[in-house]
Amino acid sequence: MEAVIIGVGLHPFGRFPGKSAMDMAADAVRAALDDAGVSWPRVQAGFVGSLEVYNPDAIVGRLGLTGVPLRGVFNGCATAGTALSMAARVIETGEHDLTIAIGMDKHPRGAFAADPSVAGLPSWYGQTGMFLTTHFFGMKINRYMHDHGITHETLAHVAAKNFRNASANDKAWRRTPLSVEEILASPVLNYPLRQFMYCGPDEGAAAVVLCRADQAHKYAGRPVRVRACALRSRRIGAFEVQSPSLPAGEQAPSPTVDASREAYEIAGIGPQEVAVAQLQDTDAGSEIIHMAENGLCKDGEQERMIADGETEIGGRLPVNTDGGLIGNGEPIGASGLRQVHELVLQLRGTAGARQVPGEPAVGYAHLYGAPGVSAVTILSR
Amino acid sequence: MSETRQVPVADGLFTWPSDQPRLIGARCAACGLVGFPAGPACQRCGGTEFTETLLPDRGTLWTFTTQDFRPPSPPYDGSDTAGTFRPYALGYVELDGQVMVEARLTEPDPAWLAIGQPMRLAIVPYSVLADGTEVMTFAFEPAVTREEA
Repeated sequence: MEAVIIGVGLHPFGRFPGKSAMDMAADAVRAALDDAGVSWPRVQAGFVGSLEVYNPDAIVGRLGLTGVPLRGVFNGCATAGTALSMAARVIETGEHDLTIAIGMDKHPRGAFAADPSVAGLPSWYGQTGMFLTTHFFGMKINRYMHDHGITHETLAHVAAKNFRNASANDKAWRRTPLSVEEILASPVLNYPLRQFMYCGPDEGAAAVVLCRADQAHKYAGRPVRVRACALRSRRIGAFEVQSPSLPAGEQAPSPTVDASREAYEIAGIGPQEVAVAQLQDTDAGSEIIHMAENGLCKDGEQERMIADGETEIGGRLPVNTDGGLIGNGEPIGASGLRQVHELVLQLRGTAGARQVPGEPAVGYAHLYGAPGVSAVTILSR
Repeated sequence: MSETRQVPVADGLFTWPSDQPRLIGARCAACGLVGFPAGPACQRCGGTEFTETLLPDRGTLWTFTTQDFRPPSPPYDGSDTAGTFRPYALGYVELDGQVMVEARLTEPDPAWLAIGQPMRLAIVPYSVLADGTEVMTFAFEPAVTREEA
């Protein structure tokens, strides 16, 4: 039995001094339940993800102690992909009729700092200043620009688009539009990536309520179909984050490519049918690379597409219509459910000032992060 | 006049002290994949038995980036401060078709780095302890340095 999304809820992303991640998540869950027109005791199972909250399943204490099985999940930046995938899967298998996916986080300011041992790496890798995931993003886009003729200006255009889209989203964090010139004038953090080309860790929460497709008529609003969820980890030969060495002359595609192909196959939907996409834009370069890795264009084609405005709202392939990670920041556990929230609004036609014209029918969400894991979700009306 | 005391950041990373230091890699006994640093498991097949293999000390730059702000500390333990921090570059250097190794680069300026550029191994200090001891790590420098160019 297919799973459909009947409710979405989003706590704004940003900085909320004095408000806990769990309180933000409780707000998001209440919003998602209201959106679906169901009460918490009706929820039969759930999956919840967070980096900073050790026991995110303790959220039951904010919602009502109904005995519901609520399982914690974690896959780094792809956490929310796993939460949604599992919430859909237990409906598809017939185990449950009504489920929820929840994500929450509240990160301190600045770059993520951790001991390399959390990723199974030796101490010297951190001591000598090599254990920063941002190095990977700088190195991958530098090579990609060299191989495929992407320019610094195109990186800046991507960031400018995402800030512009965020300015039309009252739940986004970075809502001040920045010009291409301002972005190119910001300091380099990891060549060729500059300060205003990066997303930052922040705070926020999101929730998604799902039910069996044949029961969707009982609930408020237009259901959105979950057509595919896929998650893949890195293969040997892929150019990947947190790798002290990589094999030479043995190349494999990114896990994004693997997850994307699997998702298209499960959905029976091709890249040409995608009407709106949310792609992991940890930085502007990542969005550009992920357009090709998700089959949405050929390598190098982004230079012309972005110059022609094809990824803008109103373009042929709108990308990160709510501002993406660059505009919203990244509370890791919630980030992917923020993408799903946006796609549901777009497919319902209720995205307001940032609505993609032409009644989009297929939405695509993509996550990527350490230690080389990608999740793809395909939704349709 | 006493020489500055130097210690490696970790044992088993490179042969040192040596006039011609080399990185110490590991060849998987099961599938033959060469990795760096040695162990604990082969990235391709999960094998846990290796033979030590010294890696070529020259290669070409596959890609690079820079670190323009002081990394979060810990884990970074350089003796600099946010005020004295000097940006550095990092890259992957392809060693003779065997393996690509991620390393700090001695040349910090992207204008002096290029994909495909010939590089050579250097053992360099990245931190100084309170007693003046230099902590050494591996890096790659352009085969033709800025001064030589």
